Amino acid sequence: MAQALRPDLLVDDGEDGRPRWDNKFQYLLSCVGFAVGLGNIWRFPYLCQTYGGGAFLIPYLIALVFEGIPLFHIELAIGQRLRRGSIGVWTAISPYLGGVGLGCFTVSFLVSLYYNTVLVWVLWYFLNSFQQPLPWAACPPNLNRTGLVEECQGSGTVSYFWYRQTLNITADIDHSGAVQWRLLLCQAASWAVVYLCVSRGIETTGKAIYFTALFPYLVLTIFLVRGLTLPGATEGLIYLFTPNVQILLNPRVWLDAATQIFFSLSLAFGGHIAFASYNPPRNNCRRDAVIIALVNSMTSLYASITIFAIMGFKATSDHGQCLDRNILSLINEFSLPEQSISRDSYPAALLHLNATQPGRVAQLPLRACRLEDFLDQGASGPGLAFIVFTEAVLHMPGAPVWAVLFFGMLFTLGLSSMFGNMEGIITPLLDMGVLPRWVPKEVLTGLTCLVCFLSATCFTLQSGSYWLEVFDNFAASLNLVTFAFLEVVGVIYVYGMKRFCADVEWMTGQWPNIYWRMSWRAVSPLLLLGILLSYIALLVHRSPSYKAWNPQYELFPLQEEKLYPGWVQATCMLLSFLPLLWVPASALAQLLARRRQEDTQLDTGLKPQDSGGC
Amino acid sequence: MVLFLSAVSFVAGHTFVVLVDEEDRRYFKQQEIILWRKAPGKLRKQRTNFHLTSDLNPQTHSLPCDFHSERMLWLFFFLVTAVRAELCQPDAENAFKVRLSIRTALGDKAYVWDTNEEYLFRAMVAFSMRKVPNRETTEISHVLLCNVTQRVSFWFVVTDPSKNHTLPADEVQSAIRMNRNRINNVFFLNDQTLEFLKIPSTLAPPTDPSVPIWIIIFGVIFCVVIVATTLLILSGIRQRRRQNKESSEVDDAEDKLENMGTIANSIPCDSLNMKGGHVNDGFMTEDERLTPL
Repeated sequence: MAQALRPDLLVDDGEDGRPRWDNKFQYLLSCVGFAVGLGNIWRFPYLCQTYGGGAFLIPYLIALVFEGIPLFHIELAIGQRLRRGSIGVWTAISPYLGGVGLGCFTVSFLVSLYYNTVLVWVLWYFLNSFQQPLPWAACPPNLNRTGLVEECQGSGTVSYFWYRQTLNITADIDHSGAVQWRLLLCQAASWAVVYLCVSRGIETTGKAIYFTALFPYLVLTIFLVRGLTLPGATEGLIYLFTPNVQILLNPRVWLDAATQIFFSLSLAFGGHIAFASYNPPRNNCRRDAVIIALVNSMTSLYASITIFAIMGFKATSDHGQCLDRNILSLINEFSLPEQSISRDSYPAALLHLNATQPGRVAQLPLRACRLEDFLDQGASGPGLAFIVFTEAVLHMPGAPVWAVLFFGMLFTLGLSSMFGNMEGIITPLLDMGVLPRWVPKEVLTGLTCLVCFLSATCFTLQSGSYWLEVFDNFAASLNLVTFAFLEVVGVIYVYGMKRFCADVEWMTGQWPNIYWRMSWRAVSPLLLLGILLSYIALLVHRSPSYKAWNPQYELFPLQEEKLYPGWVQATCMLLSFLPLLWVPASALAQLLARRRQEDTQLDTGLKPQDSGGC
Repeated sequence: MVLFLSAVSFVAGHTFVVLVDEEDRRYFKQQEIILWRKAPGKLRKQRTNFHLTSDLNPQTHSLPCDFHSERMLWLFFFLVTAVRAELCQPDAENAFKVRLSIRTALGDKAYVWDTNEEYLFRAMVAFSMRKVPNRETTEISHVLLCNVTQRVSFWFVVTDPSKNHTLPADEVQSAIRMNRNRINNVFFLNDQTLEFLKIPSTLAPPTDPSVPIWIIIFGVIFCVVIVATTLLILSGIRQRRRQNKESSEVDDAEDKLENMGTIANSIPCDSLNMKGGHVNDGFMTEDERLTPL
């Protein structure tokens, strides 16, 4: 196990052969790119909308100040100080805590697998956006061309394209189906792109990040400008940002705010530690932490303004279509001249007709069209990107351009997060020296990408989307919160608050003030403990079920709620707890090794040396 | 109002009833058409009160002179149109409803639906029927329209040459389906704006290119990535080879220096101990021999 690095043993100017960032901007961009990911686009706007619009910003900002920034500062500080990846850092802090590093490494690996699958889907949509009309604009005709495919007529064109033509999803998780060759091809391309960008570590990542981190901002701005000029955008913005302060009384809001900050900053993956380890030792990591965290939150806000503007436009457009359908029914039934009822005069006309001929009006399939109902239809996750937004894009003039821009933005956002994930895997492997020194770095990264590609083929099965949900819910959430908690406790209580503050002062030139010390000592661990306990409570309380897409379901197109079968539940448990087992396992292994070492030394009569280990 | 029966006639199974009320008004019941005229004593301008603008026999519009035989002729004409109108009714056997949405399709360039357009429609239907084997003798007059509304929607039916029966719905349906495209084009409409309510339209086959577009873009991106990766790997190999060469050169140079050190300048260098920091006498002597400038 590695020895603890004392301050006097460290070189001052980074001349220890470790790769370095070309400049500070590259490092900041890489961290921002890792933190800003798909969750900023499709999770934060949904939370804002569900939890009372502008009022959600209050718990969000509180969580940022008391949980996000302090934890982030710790990660950057220990990475920069100890100049190792996650495994090396934790063995340096205390050999008994080496398991934390291993656990972070495992979680990074699992997350890379399924995160890249989302990128595969985005790439598939991107490739299909280069045509007019877009393939999800119309239902395909059925085999004897007498009508449209039945499933598509029931569910709508966009959902059909997503569930049938992209995923070709089975009705439940038991039936795995066959590997979808289209998705497999896209996955090969996606991992090839990832390999191209991480092949030489930060040397290549640093160049790629200029594009992948800045392009999303450009596209968001374009969409914002376009979105604000669309009809209905302002209604959407007003409705969705109007604060509803009552909702703050619900504890779920605070839990979700804290969780969102935690996952949004991509803490406890080991990626930030790896990035910071390539910094010169005397770098102001405190300022970096604050800057990156604030940029991440600003990006979330900026993205939610854009998304809300476009959702407002979509809601207005859907509302107009609903009215038009009703008007057409009325006109056809009563043989009135075309365009004799406008959208504005529809309520009056309906009232008049209902008064004079209620029998005939009652037979018509008229739907109640309220704008608020359409505005309330929020979606998060892949549903927002692949169903709701693709439908909104269909209504915009010049749809293929917007679709290409949107999916290009999603791909680059996800790619920059993948860089961080891969660094969280590759840097510890390099530090541990898994392959001999003469093997070039490209081979190691190539092997890693190949292993990840082969493992992730299980997500290209027909039931892949269900498995992705399993991984998303169970592999990442519980483990990361636990590791973050152990991180804080390990650094502050095992490594020592005074020692850590001295290191920070050596690096930044300033002793951490009372805000940092309070947060590290008390507030952040308590918040994390709170999140952990609530998570466990929710997990136990809620029966593990999932929503399946079953065309034979009687309430189709609503999704059928099914329970996970036994073996899947076992897999969920395994995913949740296996990474955590590294911590006690590694501590136990270290204890046994020590005991054996002491025994052998006693046997040979040597005095037990203080090897300078932690 | 008291009505009494004035005449009942049977023509090929159809019943035609004329009712007369106490004011001597004759009522001829023909579905939607309700005509009345004063008793033959007073010759007044006929006031017709009917909804449809179908083309009744033009001769019925103008009244002949007021003769008893003329009444019979009048009756006969109404009989004929009644019979023909009987064939074309909403939900009649073998009748089809048509609905047009001209303003939706054409916007400002929408044309007004008048009797001339109806004539054109009847001509197109007759044209479609003439394409069916055994129906080549279909004339425009065999196509009847009724119930034209402001929507614009109406019912139509195709009769046989004897004008007593309507043609079976299957024949009409297949004829329309085969010529649907031409009918649409005549009116500048499409399947959604010119609807035949019981006739399903044949959907156009999906115009897929032979190679899907996504495969083309995928090929481009994949080739670019492979080429870039290969270049990167090759440049990495070259860089490493150059580094190895440089480091081996540096090693060689150091070795050479060590070897040469023993015989350089024919000065015994055993006494040389660079690390120890001893003075190099040979070097110092050289300097002293030179006169300073």
